[in-house]
Amino acid sequence: MSALSFRAARRTVPGVYLALVLTLAIGWLVVVLSGGTLFTQATVVSLLHVAAGLGLVAVGQTLVIIGGSLDLSVAYVVSLSTLVAAEAMNGSDTALLPGVLLALAVSAGIGLLNGLLIARTRIDAFIATLGVGLLLKGYLDSGYDGPAGATSPALVQALGYQRIGPVPMSFLLLAAVAAGAWLTLRRTRFGHHLLAVGGDPEVARLSGVRNDRVLVAAHVLCSLCAGLAGVYLAARLGSGAPRVGTEGIYDLESIAAVVIGGTALAGGRGGVAGTVGGVLLLAGLDAVFNQLQLDAFAKQVVRGVVIIGAVAVYARRVIGKGRS
Amino acid sequence: MQDTLPRRALPVRAGGPLPILAILGVLLVLVAIRQPDFLAPASLMSFLGRSAPIILLAAGQYFVIVSGEFDLSVGSLVTAEVVIAARLIDGDPDRTWPVMALVLVSAAFVGLVNGLITSWLRVPSFITTLGMLLILVGAVYLWSDGSPKGELSEQFRRFGRRAVEDVPVLGRVPYALLIVLLLAVLATVLMRSDFGRILVAVGDNPRAAELSGVRVGRTRTIAFVLSGCAAGVAAILLGGYSGVSFQAGSGLEFSAITAVVLGGVALGGGRGSVAGAMLGALTLELLFALMNFFGVSGTVRPAVQGAIILLAVAVSAARSPSR
Amino acid sequence: MTTPGDVGSLLDLRAVTKSFLGVRVLDRVDLDVAPGEVHAVVGENGAGKSTLMKIISGGYAPDEGTVVFAGEARRFRGPRDAGRAGIGIIHQELALLPDRTVAENIHLGHEPVRRGLVDRREMRARTSALFASMGAGPVPADALVGDLGVAQRQLVEIAKALALDARLLIMDEPTAALADHEAELLHALVRRLRSQGIGLLYVSHRLAEVFALSDRITVLKDGRRVTTVPTAQTTTNQLVRHMVGRDLSGYYPGRADPGDLGPVRLTVQGGGNAKLRGIDLRLRAGEVVGVGGLQGSGRSALARALFGVTPFTSGVVELENRPIRVASPRAAMRAGIAYVSEDRKGEGITARQSVLDNALLAGRALGGAWTGRAARVTRMRGLLDAVDVRSAGTDQEIRFLSGGNQQKVVLARWLALGPRVILFDEPTRGIDVGAKAAVYDVVRRLARDGAAVLMISSDLPELLGMSDRIIVMREGRIAGQVPAGASEADVVALAMGAVAAT
Repeated sequence: MSALSFRAARRTVPGVYLALVLTLAIGWLVVVLSGGTLFTQATVVSLLHVAAGLGLVAVGQTLVIIGGSLDLSVAYVVSLSTLVAAEAMNGSDTALLPGVLLALAVSAGIGLLNGLLIARTRIDAFIATLGVGLLLKGYLDSGYDGPAGATSPALVQALGYQRIGPVPMSFLLLAAVAAGAWLTLRRTRFGHHLLAVGGDPEVARLSGVRNDRVLVAAHVLCSLCAGLAGVYLAARLGSGAPRVGTEGIYDLESIAAVVIGGTALAGGRGGVAGTVGGVLLLAGLDAVFNQLQLDAFAKQVVRGVVIIGAVAVYARRVIGKGRS
Repeated sequence: MQDTLPRRALPVRAGGPLPILAILGVLLVLVAIRQPDFLAPASLMSFLGRSAPIILLAAGQYFVIVSGEFDLSVGSLVTAEVVIAARLIDGDPDRTWPVMALVLVSAAFVGLVNGLITSWLRVPSFITTLGMLLILVGAVYLWSDGSPKGELSEQFRRFGRRAVEDVPVLGRVPYALLIVLLLAVLATVLMRSDFGRILVAVGDNPRAAELSGVRVGRTRTIAFVLSGCAAGVAAILLGGYSGVSFQAGSGLEFSAITAVVLGGVALGGGRGSVAGAMLGALTLELLFALMNFFGVSGTVRPAVQGAIILLAVAVSAARSPSR
Repeated sequence: MTTPGDVGSLLDLRAVTKSFLGVRVLDRVDLDVAPGEVHAVVGENGAGKSTLMKIISGGYAPDEGTVVFAGEARRFRGPRDAGRAGIGIIHQELALLPDRTVAENIHLGHEPVRRGLVDRREMRARTSALFASMGAGPVPADALVGDLGVAQRQLVEIAKALALDARLLIMDEPTAALADHEAELLHALVRRLRSQGIGLLYVSHRLAEVFALSDRITVLKDGRRVTTVPTAQTTTNQLVRHMVGRDLSGYYPGRADPGDLGPVRLTVQGGGNAKLRGIDLRLRAGEVVGVGGLQGSGRSALARALFGVTPFTSGVVELENRPIRVASPRAAMRAGIAYVSEDRKGEGITARQSVLDNALLAGRALGGAWTGRAARVTRMRGLLDAVDVRSAGTDQEIRFLSGGNQQKVVLARWLALGPRVILFDEPTRGIDVGAKAAVYDVVRRLARDGAAVLMISSDLPELLGMSDRIIVMREGRIAGQVPAGASEADVVALAMGAVAAT
């Protein structure tokens, strides 16, 4: 039996980066042929900004999806977090840290609610987070008509606009969060247990993993990530925005980025590196459309098609794998 | 095990319409106390006519949910159809009928696409239909350059806002109400037919259904088509009643799902009646009317719906500890 | 070698009893294992082996009796509890995560941590050390379990148990999925573990390996311990005799006369797929052909191939002398083939629908005609009466019926289609005696009315009592055939491949 050879563990760079390079190359060609340029400083900066917001949400989404769950409430958490942060700061730099912490605490609380609903009452993750999302939507709709509060100028400066070369601080924040999530999945007990719970809850249970706790923790982390995205958007916009999460379609786009990045929707397989690739791919498409001066609504149509198409491709692949 | 079975002494069959009728009754009493004249024939008829679109959407959503899927695209589909109809008719009465046919056919087609993508490409239905939502909204805005163009003809609008006048006792009976009653009868007949029973069986246990020769994918696809058709009719009524706007159908998918859950239909499929779903929609509308009487802003509606969904699902989860 | 009840026992079970839903699955079973002993447990399907192993490993709590492990009376709260105490179990269906590495699987739930982070180097080192101590070939710690073959997965599973310092290892048919040379390696490992003082409980259907490996053998039958004997003092024949030989007092309807058999309904030549090889089969109208064999021998796979669930990928299937392609259950039904699954809850019934809706499901799926619906319902009510379904009315949800009555509803569903070939997979599993008799009557009546019947059963008396002839499967092939009136021992011998020994 030792005569059999083994493939090394598939921990190589996910295929999404190939797709990313291809997308950017083709996009670049199309843009150039239509008389524009893709890789100017301005477009790269804006691409990275788009990636930062979506990426923060998607990294969190990766964690719950790996655990076999799902979070449809992230878009509302993002909106709520911008409001909590901006209203707490109310334009003052002294309230910067309390504002950020409050926004994150509120987000974590929502994650806790999601997690408890799913782990304890065994409500389907899709329905539980949809229900919680609607609760938040009701709060946002009834409390706010438009932008509210004012983000502390220091935060606007630091997180919203400051950059090192073409790289915005917000993207560095994403890089740090992604690295943290990567390390968590790869090098902590929680990460190992999360992958086990998503892969096969029964095996995890038999091996002594406390499935409920792991799942709740994953949901708290997911909402924290969404909350952080909200803080970033508050810094970018200068105020709280009650619709920014839904208008950015952070729920569906984050799920799409995760799936494009090679994480199985059923859980147990995948990682943050792929998700970041998926985020860059979606942000890259966005940049290409912008350069082609594609109408915002046309962009939305294409996004819808890309998301369905991407999930269809991966669903096919998983089925093919299961049969072999 | 003996043949004397552990028959549960449930007075009501689970999934039956009795609980929702009870809730509806309680709400009616509350309304009667707070706003007695609401129950006068005239305002009651008008309320029923207003509720017609959401009742239809609930019926459409019921077909999809009872077969084990979700359709989150119906709200945007209603918006799209209203905007399309307005632009195509552009106030010309002669175009009313062809455009109305087009609205129904295109709505059915959207349902067909949803169904095929979900069944044959194996994309989870919430992703399919959320993606479809993006596509529909984007396409409609794109096509009308950001603001609705044209207007609906009076012939088109009468279905949503005219009524049979001078009916004894009832006074005005809205066309919308008659259409809903007709379609409710059709839906009930459909659910009693072979197709209806198969649809529920698919939602209950797709594996067993397949091993009994049921074409599961095809059956679910038809459910999506029915949901699309319901959205088409709802668009005609809603466009007639409240005119053209990009907000025409916004959020209606959540109202429909809430109504279905309220009507005792199990999310995940296999249980519940279409009558229950439609009564659920009526109850939800009555609840919103009641909230209005008590001066509660309409903007909290989503929160109420979220709470209803969580509560209903938690209750049914608590009742069946297995799973 | 130890004697039962020896003070030095590692594990000592006394009068362990367990019932499910009033059915006694284990009846005052005694069992003991000494350190460094391989104790084999044998018995037919359904003899209670798996339940016994689950009680020892904490999966179930016994209703009565005591479990003494390492000198202490224990009541394990769950598998984790038993694992911590030092009892490891190698499941038949391996409990591993295919998308995780060998090292990650072995250490799941007790990862070594250094400075707050999982110490991957330590995990790798421990993995290598474990495999070294097992004397097994090198299994790379970083390989994904999904990329390993069954034999290596088994090693990983054993290593996972040993990583928790298991002193008692339960192996539930560990070689069922292994090729011969792989099984040899496993045997070597078992001997090595024994020499390290680990006690082993070894459940197996392969009598040859039981004799090659074990120190003592316990035979279970119908939930009771028949005997425990030192391996050296018994023979294959004696064992088989202990395992079978129940009284055949059950009720079975009369068999078909050879003269009554009609034309050939279904033939298969060289049928094969992922689980089956070289299937040649011929079913005639009017006969009930029993299918014997162990679990996983391909019995169910045969029925599922014929019904198009997992179709044959090679070979020729002919129905009434016309070649047919059965690519789906629907195609099979159109050709006149029906199938009653062994998994009634998962594949048979739609639990929350009414009795009538369940019975009509197949007819509705095929029908589509709007005419004659009322007649169909009336006819179905008659059929449900004919198979004697006891319910509070045909509108009652089927989940409230007993297993036997649920099965009768499923039978009625297929009877209504008038199938020419009908495949039964464990038709009487989990149903009461009265319902069994009703099922037997239906099976025989179907045959008399001209259908060809294939009936899979793990219940030997039933198989012998019902079948006009019995084909026995082993490892995806038809191992042989025995005529009506054969003995249980004949079937068991074929199924276990012990023919050479007798």
